[in-house]
Amino acid sequence: MKLPGWKELVETGPIIPKPATSKEYKTGDWRTFRPEIDYEKCTTCMLCWLFCPDSAIKFDGEKVHIDYDYCKGCGICAAECAIKAITMK
Amino acid sequence: MKTQIKRIAIEGNEAAALAFKQVNPDVVAAYPITPSTEVVQKFSEYVANGEVDTEFVPVESEHSAMSACIGAAAAGARVITSTASQGLALMWEMLYIAASMRLPIVMTVSNRALSAPINIHGDHSDAMGARDSGWIQIFSENVQEIYDNVFQAVKIAENPDVRLPVMVGYDGFITSHSEEMIELLDDDIVKNFIGKYKPKYNLLDVDSPITMGPLALTDSYFEFKVAQAYAIDHSLPIIKKVGKEYGDLTGRYYDTIEKYKIDGAEYVIVAMSSTIGTAREVVDRLREKGLPVGLLKIRVFRPFPLEDITNALKDIKVVGVLDRSMVPGSFGGPLYHEITSGLYHFDKRPIVQSYVYGLGGRDITMDHIEKVFEELVDIGKKGKTNPLTYIGVRE
Repeated sequence: MKLPGWKELVETGPIIPKPATSKEYKTGDWRTFRPEIDYEKCTTCMLCWLFCPDSAIKFDGEKVHIDYDYCKGCGICAAECAIKAITMK
Repeated sequence: MKTQIKRIAIEGNEAAALAFKQVNPDVVAAYPITPSTEVVQKFSEYVANGEVDTEFVPVESEHSAMSACIGAAAAGARVITSTASQGLALMWEMLYIAASMRLPIVMTVSNRALSAPINIHGDHSDAMGARDSGWIQIFSENVQEIYDNVFQAVKIAENPDVRLPVMVGYDGFITSHSEEMIELLDDDIVKNFIGKYKPKYNLLDVDSPITMGPLALTDSYFEFKVAQAYAIDHSLPIIKKVGKEYGDLTGRYYDTIEKYKIDGAEYVIVAMSSTIGTAREVVDRLREKGLPVGLLKIRVFRPFPLEDITNALKDIKVVGVLDRSMVPGSFGGPLYHEITSGLYHFDKRPIVQSYVYGLGGRDITMDHIEKVFEELVDIGKKGKTNPLTYIGVRE
């Protein structure tokens, strides 16, 4: 992404002029521990999907997947998983 | 379009409140503090009487007052507030946010000393503490100027190329509580002069959603600050233009500085706010005696009108800069530092003597100012300045 020079910012000031730009900010590299789902155990109960504070757990209609571009590794999914199918590695 | 002029006797604070009423802002969030209390008190009366359409937000502190003003301005409202001294100091972090988010908030500041020791009287320490916050700072000599500056402040702040907050200062008690005759403008004339506010961006515009004041770290913060500095630097011609437009309307013209009997002067005093009124009398008196003295009033301190000031002073023999605030641990007041820095690059430049006076509301009299002019003449003769000199302090 090309960052603007100051002359391009005089008109706007410190604003982001369009919505949903947080998608461009990939927070996956904040992560220290990586949650991994053991699909042998996973029952697709959706608790992790519900609790993920970053909406980094996606449901494709069949299974849940962790989007590692945005998962910050907080571990809430692993803590909430009732059958311990998620491990922080 | 001159109409019949209405004149009334009114206190400085009440003149500010009356100007607010005529502006009829969308939001006023404020917390009362001496010596600016009456501004908020009087304005809340206008609100209670239904004389304005303003949403008045009584908050629990000045930090909250400025926070509420920022929120309202970000939502696209025309916002005004008022404070003084410790109140301005408590707003400190929010002042920077208002300016860097480019929000056109107008605030009157009844300039007052900062504690400790506790003191409620006039000096410029509060405003000088906020001089790097990015606000435009305009200082008023008398009650008429408070009234006039509020309208100009609204027009300057909301100019699409400026979009910055403006602080209108006046001396606590000396001007805030002095009753003077002023000329009023009709409501319609005020309305036409300031126009309808059209915010360039606002958070309530659901058709173009935006984010204001987001995170900008090592890769972007610097660019935003340079852009902000550009905006305030380039507000100077707009401040001048608005001052001229206001003059065409009222006969009272305003510029960044005001030169008084500077033509042919060899000794000049530079000062701000009410002291100018006192010094004007002294200049008249000494000019009658044939002494080549003059006066330079700094009306706009931020953005610093460097070119105007250096052009006015570069050919003067000796200049005395009178600061009503201190920079403890340094060798002069803020005005002295800026003026001497500005003059440094000229081959031919005046000798500049630094004075600090009037702290905590200490009176500055005509005799004091006459003595300053005598000292400037002596300094001219010996060709060398004295150390920082305090006016009217016991040793």
